[in-house]
Amino acid sequence: MSALAGLHIVELAHERGALAGKLLADMGADVVLVEPPGGAPQRSNGPFVDDVPDRERSLSWWHYQTSKRGIALDWRAAAGREALLALVASADLLLECEDPGVLEAAGLGDDVLTGAHERLIHVSMTPFGPDGPRRHELATDLTLLAGGGPAWSCGYDDHSLPPIAGGGQQGYAIGCHYAVLSALTAVLHRELGGHGQRIDVSMHQAANVTTEMATYHWLVRQGTVQRQTGRHAMEQLSMPSQMACGDGHHVNTGVPPRTPAEFAKLVSWLEELGVKDEIPEAVFLEMGAARDSIRLADIGVDDEVTAIFAAGREAMAFLAGRLPAQEFFLGAQRAGLPVGVIHSPEEAFEDPHFVARGMQVAVEHPALGRTVTYPGAPYAFEKSRWAISRPAPQLGEHSDEVLEAVGIDAAGRAQLRAEGVLE
Amino acid sequence: MPKALEGIRICDFTGQLAGAGATRWLAAFGADVVRIEDPVNQGAWDILRSMPPFVDERRGHDFGGGFNNHNVGKRGITLNLRTARGKEILAELVKRSDALTENFAAGVLEKWGFGYERLKALRSDIVYVSNCGFGHRGPYASFKTWGPIVQAVSGLTFTSGLPDRGPAGWGYSYMDHTGGYYMAMAVLLALIHRQRTGEGQWVDMACCETGLTLHGPAILDYTVNGRPMRRPGQPDGNRSEWPAMAPHGIFPARGEDEWLAIACRSDADWERCGGVIEEAWAQAPEWASLAGRIAAQDALEERIAAWTATRDKFEMQRAFQAAGVPAAAVQKPEERIEHDPATQGLWPTVHHREMGDVRVDGLPVRFSETDWEVSRGGPCLGEHTEEVLGEWLGLGSAEVAELRESGVV
Repeated sequence: MSALAGLHIVELAHERGALAGKLLADMGADVVLVEPPGGAPQRSNGPFVDDVPDRERSLSWWHYQTSKRGIALDWRAAAGREALLALVASADLLLECEDPGVLEAAGLGDDVLTGAHERLIHVSMTPFGPDGPRRHELATDLTLLAGGGPAWSCGYDDHSLPPIAGGGQQGYAIGCHYAVLSALTAVLHRELGGHGQRIDVSMHQAANVTTEMATYHWLVRQGTVQRQTGRHAMEQLSMPSQMACGDGHHVNTGVPPRTPAEFAKLVSWLEELGVKDEIPEAVFLEMGAARDSIRLADIGVDDEVTAIFAAGREAMAFLAGRLPAQEFFLGAQRAGLPVGVIHSPEEAFEDPHFVARGMQVAVEHPALGRTVTYPGAPYAFEKSRWAISRPAPQLGEHSDEVLEAVGIDAAGRAQLRAEGVLE
Repeated sequence: MPKALEGIRICDFTGQLAGAGATRWLAAFGADVVRIEDPVNQGAWDILRSMPPFVDERRGHDFGGGFNNHNVGKRGITLNLRTARGKEILAELVKRSDALTENFAAGVLEKWGFGYERLKALRSDIVYVSNCGFGHRGPYASFKTWGPIVQAVSGLTFTSGLPDRGPAGWGYSYMDHTGGYYMAMAVLLALIHRQRTGEGQWVDMACCETGLTLHGPAILDYTVNGRPMRRPGQPDGNRSEWPAMAPHGIFPARGEDEWLAIACRSDADWERCGGVIEEAWAQAPEWASLAGRIAAQDALEERIAAWTATRDKFEMQRAFQAAGVPAAAVQKPEERIEHDPATQGLWPTVHHREMGDVRVDGLPVRFSETDWEVSRGGPCLGEHTEEVLGEWLGLGSAEVAELRESGVV
């Protein structure tokens, strides 16, 4: 059985919150996605299947709307609002990302939503929360990452280049992760005997508390971190930890060898590759391996320790420059040295480790007569398994069955369609 | 206010941020989270215990600022699992726990004799959530990671950068935060499942895998259209391909390392931009359409950068927002923490036994009925040993003193 089987969720389609609905739907919740007749604007986001733009071929839509059912209903119109209320009345949870005031203006204020339904969990996610002077400011993924803190820490050593906001709409993802955590906490509380409630998630605040050291260095000692290429933003400049390998791909060289055991592993890796003699400093690596202990505090103080550490870094750099990135990664990890290959998303997707763990998931798309491979589970549940139970809904695909189930019969639906409220 | 997770007990072996961040959420909603640490090496497995930043000149395992931040609201005990008595006590704690959480390298708990089979034998409906870089199964199960390596392997580092410059990556452990979020979700999901079915389970989280799922559309573009992200011109810095927007970037503002983000969602947004910029080039007909602006993105960005570089970032933010264009100053920590009205209430002060009053990250949510609370600092090493062993196991002070003498706690 899925963890959330039988949990009924109504989600008002919005680009900001689609990932939250997906995470709940893939764990078994029955998520009904409500989009306007004519289709949600996100259906026109690329990339498209075969690069043919069409509202049923958006791969962004496909990814973020898996496992959901969909109806096309204009809840801003009076008749549509009544239909939405009927849906909400039979739901456990309402997930929406409308700007502050929009639901109230449509006659869907808290009094209307929860007044009729005290068990309802209403998760509202907005850029800046429901109140405060910034609540009506406009926001996109980029501006959230810029204003909320992540961008300040990301970019290059060269500060004439702008901060870089990472790809993949992580500004929205951060908010969605908090929306899901909130929803699950409230659901568990209800399962334990509690009531429903309203939850407000501020995406700007979510970004603010997803910045690691940038925030707590300020809070603890009013320190300001500075961005550095491919590594942690710190108050001080640190040593580079990213290198181009023999094949031009990059690696993160991780934490350089620090313990005698790690120096021993490095030496044996060099011997295995038959290149130890090419490294003039190899003698220092052997000295490191032979010691009882190495004190990090002695770097820069004790000449021998300083030389040992420098040799460790240089040996790693030598190997990275010599080997293709994936080989360097595998060789180092097998030698017990934690380094990372910098994969592109598709390289990660094809990496044998993730393939073996079941990351590639086939999903049937009957409407196009194709089977498509999707990224799989973010966590591996032993029993209540993650699954894509259906592909993203086509426009209005489940309008009839969903409304029928809440007591709006064929005649009622025909009337809604005649008014242009339902598709 | 009642607590959402009152009565939930977590036997917590997590550390750093990837694990501690997960149980931090649960503790803020009232779960009784008990950190279990090694008295012999003084909890050193969680290196943040003694890492900077520090509130003053004092150093040691009770002074790490990051540790305090990530462990607020939890209690801490020490337990020497090299001793038979220590193992017995852990077994008793497990019997009384709803969930056990850890983010050790794969196999560590097993080595101590507390693998999933044993946990299940102690408590049949236990929820066990492990979180490590590559997970407990698969060819790389023995590989070691930390945040930047997870980001590298999962594709996140690659997609943050300018063309032909190598990756910029994430300047912090984004996947420690995010891994922690998914780990907390996993605990909650498994507890919901247990509540409904009576069934416990093991959730094996591989943080790299979690990161990999955060690039869905790019992966579908690859599996459906055969188009890789590793291609000329990619990654494309702060530009936006899906949805297509231009201009979409971070531009220099007046001053040292000052920046402004602008995202034009539509032709109408660009027209509104033109109204703010008030220069002829911003009204050029060839840039009126998205296709025209995308075709000339380099020139467009150059013009905008020259305009923004002489102006104040917050003034520009206000002007663009007033005109209806999404724009935001790249805020420095001080700006967003001390002067931004939209983060008021986000930085609660906790009391830490040694550090005193310290501000920490709050939670970016508000619950109408069972809101979060963060008031107690992270536990000092073994701070709650006697209290927890008394409450959970009914051990008296004399018994705890004896355990202390014999090096068990």
